[in-house]
Amino acid sequence: MSRIDAKFAALKAEGKKAFVAYVMAGDPDEIRSLGIVKALPAAGVDIIELGLPFTDPMADGQTIQLAGQRALEAGMTLQGTLDLAAKFREEDDTTPIVLMGYYNPIYSRGVDRFLADAKAAGIDGLIVVDLPPEEDDELCIPAQAAGLNFIRLATPTTDDARLPKVLTNTSGFVYYVSITGITGAAEASGADVAPEVARIKAHTDLPVIVGFGVKTPQKAEEIAGIADGTVVGSAIVSEIAKGKSVAEVAAFVKALADGAHRA
Amino acid sequence: MNDLFNSFMSGPNEQGRFGDFGGRFVSETLMPLILALEAEYEKAKTDDTFWAEMDDLWKHYVGRPSPLYFASRMTEELGGAKIYLKRDELNHTGAHKINNVLGQIILARRMGKTRIIAETGAGQHGVATATVCAKFGLKCVVYMGAHDVERQQPNVFRMRLLGAEVVPVTSGRGTLKDAMNDAMRDWVTNVRDTFYCIGTAAGPHPYPAMVRDFQSIIGKEVRWQLPEQEGEGRLPDTLVAAIGGGSNAIGLFHPFLDDPSVNIIGVEAGGKGVNAKMEHCASLTGGRPGVLHGNRTYLLQDDDGQILEGFSISAGLDYPGIGPEHAWLHDTGRAKYVSITDKEALEAFQFSCRTEGIIPALEPSHALAHVMKLAPTLPSDHILVMNMCGRGDKDIYTVAKHLGQDMGESEGRSID
Ligand SMILES: Cc1ncc(COP(=O)(O)O)c(C=O)c1O
Repeated sequence: MSRIDAKFAALKAEGKKAFVAYVMAGDPDEIRSLGIVKALPAAGVDIIELGLPFTDPMADGQTIQLAGQRALEAGMTLQGTLDLAAKFREEDDTTPIVLMGYYNPIYSRGVDRFLADAKAAGIDGLIVVDLPPEEDDELCIPAQAAGLNFIRLATPTTDDARLPKVLTNTSGFVYYVSITGITGAAEASGADVAPEVARIKAHTDLPVIVGFGVKTPQKAEEIAGIADGTVVGSAIVSEIAKGKSVAEVAAFVKALADGAHRA
Repeated sequence: MNDLFNSFMSGPNEQGRFGDFGGRFVSETLMPLILALEAEYEKAKTDDTFWAEMDDLWKHYVGRPSPLYFASRMTEELGGAKIYLKRDELNHTGAHKINNVLGQIILARRMGKTRIIAETGAGQHGVATATVCAKFGLKCVVYMGAHDVERQQPNVFRMRLLGAEVVPVTSGRGTLKDAMNDAMRDWVTNVRDTFYCIGTAAGPHPYPAMVRDFQSIIGKEVRWQLPEQEGEGRLPDTLVAAIGGGSNAIGLFHPFLDDPSVNIIGVEAGGKGVNAKMEHCASLTGGRPGVLHGNRTYLLQDDDGQILEGFSISAGLDYPGIGPEHAWLHDTGRAKYVSITDKEALEAFQFSCRTEGIIPALEPSHALAHVMKLAPTLPSDHILVMNMCGRGDKDIYTVAKHLGQDMGESEGRSID
């Protein structure tokens, strides 16, 4: 059982929804980023989504674009991102880490070498935005063979005919993107999301987590309530951008996590 | 890729691959759209009414066929190969870009899309898109790097006159790559009513193949125009074209890929020189394979797979990638790729003005600079066809600046 599967089993036993937090590795710099990541579980984060910085994040809005730029300017690399995960793992062996990013840095390192290194660093799953099912041979299939979950995005444009294709090689959980758009843009609407989650659940037993456009504890509660959990990214990254301390970021995250856990 | 062994013209395969290049590396939100576009294009390809509409507009709106012009004074001065210029700079809007825009906008209309977005570097693709949108009464939004907005002011004004909204893009270094990122962000946000009209033979499948097919009118015309002047059955010996993303080049090259006697040469922007400082845009000569903007191709990138900003005097060539078909033609050896520096391109720009009375765009000036090196080494019965893919009106401010005659309009960059 992967750490992700174990986490969802534990949450289910407790009757709790999952709260997933996204932060960019190396933002604003390596030391503070590690401090923030280490503080997340105690703030109530069930799964950590760790952003892998990339120069051309085509699915991200300005908040996460700038976070990636800060991280790259501070010297963050793919190796640095894996090292950060490994340091987190030294102290926490249960909180799953999902690496989220774009394919080129991974392709550039070489898929086999990347998968071995990611596994060794304690990464549990991958979300790679620019790898749809049509390109499964690139990374998805090798990743599953290497024992990593490959978490796919389902979107409002993924219709019923296409959904089985999207779900086929997905594992860990399904990430439903609540809006057509980029991260940090429009606010998700519970009324729009609920039937979509039901639609996906009719096709799969995997947990469905909803992200994009969740910014407040109230929204986290609303969205988590109609799915198996929710993700917050840009809102947290905005706090980091303001130069907040680790404790302040953790307090902000805790309010969001509490919101999701009230659901 | 078995069936490709016998022909260089049958790609891409069903996965949109040219060998290992190409593909569909886009987010899930866009994937259904790309599949719908592919289906629509497959239908249109064999639909006579689609091509009848294209032919009519090409003829009466664009002014095709563009002349194939024997450049006698260039030929004389260079003292070697016989030089022909394919005059796509005479097209309506001043470049080859409109060949492709017409095709995509007709498809967009067939798909019921009402809002068109485009990225642009030099502004030529933006102007062509704004033009065709005006003609059909479609809403048009053009993403353009902030740096390019400054160095291509005349085209920015043109687009606005034509009713387009021009959005300056400040992310990255504010050039074509960044404009493409923001266009894709817009697309993902407005999927339902928006059509993304890509300006070069790159991006996710089916764009590289579709743009190539629309631009292939260039090479197809050369195939019948050259025999009119040089005798039946005469093929060119060498083809030369400039490469940003590669659309004008593939348009000239593609109809000749299976004629082994035809030498094919693509010219990349060498900026300040293809060196370790990476102040150039020569993806094939100075890059390595990677994945960006929906396709696998050669890219300028660092050891960590982070994309580098290109550098070129020519905004239209200032892109760190290249269309996937060129990447494949490069690896198979069917076409050869060279690079030309900013300085060499500026000299060629002036050479064309002086010898033929043609003010070329800075992009084909790169192709011409290579012709100037190559032609003198070839015999006088060797026929060289160069794609004069754009006119230079948009570039006169930049060139003036570099020639030390500041017209006070456009910023331009130092090239020494
Ligand atoms: C006149 C001209 N030539 C060439 C290019 C480069 O594009 P491509 O390589 O797709 O032909 C541009 C792009 O803006 C252009 O305006």
